[in-house]
Amino acid sequence: MALLQIAEPGQSAVPHQRKLAVGIDLGTTNSLVATVRSGATTTLPDDIGQHILPSVVHYTSQGAVVGEEAKKQASQDPANTISSVKRFLGRSTTDIKAKYPNLPYQFTESDSPVMQVVSGEVNPVQVSAEILKVLKLRAESTLGDELKGAVVTVPAYFDDSQRQGTKDAATLAGLNVLRLLNEPTAAAIAYGLDSGQEGIIAVYDLGGGTFDISILRLSKGVFEVLSTGGDSALGGDDFDAVLVDYIRQQTQLTGDLSKNLHRTLLDLAKEAKETLSHESVANLSFEDDNKQSHKVLITINHFEKLIAPLVKNTLRACRRALKDAELSKQDILEVVMVGGSTRVPYVCQQVGEFFETSPLTSIDPDKVVAIGAAIQADILAGNKPDSDMLLLDVLPLSLGIETMGGLSEKVIPRNTTIPIAKAQEFTTFKDGQTAMMVHVVQGERELVQDCRSLAKFTLRGIPPMAAGAAHIRVTFQVDADGLLNVSAMEKSTGVQAQIQVKPSYGLEDHQIADMLKASMQNAEQDMQARMLKEQQVEAARVHETLQAALNADAAALLSADEKQAIETGLTELQELAKGSDKEAIKAGIEKVDKLSQVFAERRMDQSIRKAFSGQSVEQI
Amino acid sequence: MGISVSDSAAQRARTFLENRGAGIGLRLGVKTTGCSGLAYVLEFVDEMNEDDQVFEDKGIKVIIDGKSLVYLDGTHLDFTKEGLNEGFQFTNPNANGECGCGESFNV
Repeated sequence: MALLQIAEPGQSAVPHQRKLAVGIDLGTTNSLVATVRSGATTTLPDDIGQHILPSVVHYTSQGAVVGEEAKKQASQDPANTISSVKRFLGRSTTDIKAKYPNLPYQFTESDSPVMQVVSGEVNPVQVSAEILKVLKLRAESTLGDELKGAVVTVPAYFDDSQRQGTKDAATLAGLNVLRLLNEPTAAAIAYGLDSGQEGIIAVYDLGGGTFDISILRLSKGVFEVLSTGGDSALGGDDFDAVLVDYIRQQTQLTGDLSKNLHRTLLDLAKEAKETLSHESVANLSFEDDNKQSHKVLITINHFEKLIAPLVKNTLRACRRALKDAELSKQDILEVVMVGGSTRVPYVCQQVGEFFETSPLTSIDPDKVVAIGAAIQADILAGNKPDSDMLLLDVLPLSLGIETMGGLSEKVIPRNTTIPIAKAQEFTTFKDGQTAMMVHVVQGERELVQDCRSLAKFTLRGIPPMAAGAAHIRVTFQVDADGLLNVSAMEKSTGVQAQIQVKPSYGLEDHQIADMLKASMQNAEQDMQARMLKEQQVEAARVHETLQAALNADAAALLSADEKQAIETGLTELQELAKGSDKEAIKAGIEKVDKLSQVFAERRMDQSIRKAFSGQSVEQI
Repeated sequence: MGISVSDSAAQRARTFLENRGAGIGLRLGVKTTGCSGLAYVLEFVDEMNEDDQVFEDKGIKVIIDGKSLVYLDGTHLDFTKEGLNEGFQFTNPNANGECGCGESFNV
């Protein structure tokens, strides 16, 4: 007899067609899986009741071990025990080595990071997939059937290639990704903020080793990430470290500690941190390496004094994020707390004072992201009556292609909600042009050189035609996860080419902000540059067509002097076009136009004569 | 006859209803589908229909439409755990056979 869950009115599934969906928080340190059952959203525990799965994979010659077991191997077998692999997703080996110079892993010589472990070579996508596989298996044995799909969360600052890496990992783990969801957005959904009042929401995420602050704006059911900030090397582990220092100071344990004693002190520090979350004093006692016993007393006041500088650092990042979003504290409607370290009452109190509002803390801060993802997954799988909300995200920067003269033609403007598909028609520049390069760029600036290049591909097989006669339809498609697909098709023959954008390096959030700022500051200059480029392109076009006409008909239709005059005009124009005076170029074009007027008329007459010759009036 | 609810099922149903923040009870029903003829329906109830009958056991309102009652009279609703999985289970004296998976039955 199957075990049933309570469905929403009218939403009972046909047997064997239950729409099981989960939300997965694929974290740097820990990962979780959650689902909605009988209307309640819960994270799913493993068979010994542990909800949290450490994001650590240990490779042995027999295969991979994930989680707590793997974590225990980290100190014994560091080269084969990969932790915090999320930092490597979508990054190049050079990037990783520059950012984390002391990693114990053996990277092979290649641009994309591949690590040598005992069982062979693995890349970050494969390592992430191992973690996801364990969560998938847990979900399927808990729910008693196969999953229809999953929503996987990613940090708001993840770029296209990091998102693609996450998606690839999920696919490799056999998961159908319904959507990637920004972590702060998931947290806001868990608190039901998506159906509440519209406004600005701050998500304060202080985990074990990282701190993220995100400022979101909710309007018309769409969460837009206004700014993000944080510190990738600040978290609860630092709280532990200052406590260990304090204990050593109190007990006068100087010099190098044995590994064991260091571990003991770290465990004690964690214990003290938890005790001080609900009591005012923590009493610690331990034995050092010489079997000498020590007692240390830590009061809550002291603890707060120790962590105050760290908390202050997080608030500084909050201030910066507000500034980036051009908002003040008063604009913030709600503050959502995420991450285990926000359990420390002092953190909550300081954050509350900073934003002048009491933060939302009722949902377990370790689980809140997975819970929000599960709620979203439940809706996307179709278990809600009228699809309560279909959460949308927006593009942070405009997407476009390069046109003649190095100009950027925007196909999808920034802040467009995704998913979206948009098409625009382009044409050829030269007679008989049979190929066209499509250069996909991202950014707000007018010139391609100031935008970010995402990808290039060439459409070949365009039938030879006069310049401007071909119709080439370029379609931009951005899926719900923010991944871009660009295709180009020549309409008469249907030949097409396409590319999926997986940029090789990523954009940090502050870079997006910088790019936006640059586009504002340089607006005037950009406009001028665009107009100059346009004139230069026009000059080149005139030169091109006129030269072709001269080569074809000058001998028959023009006297040597006339031909000389036009050619001189063209040479002058060419010189002018190299300069930066757009008015002069414009004048040059007009001059050549005038010079070639007679020539154009004669060519026209000639072609009419050709068309009519040998035909009687009746025939026409 | 009627419908009975076990302690664990009543307690879970109460929690789920509280969590949901709305709903007057649970709807039990059958629909003709599935590999073995009839399938069980288990849903929250926001609104009652005209031909609905209400049974109350251990503080939980169980709502069944007249047609389904013929197939469900005497059913006991339980909440059980099987390994990591957990959920509601129907013990139905009217059922004569079930398909292998137990999601559907016949009378």
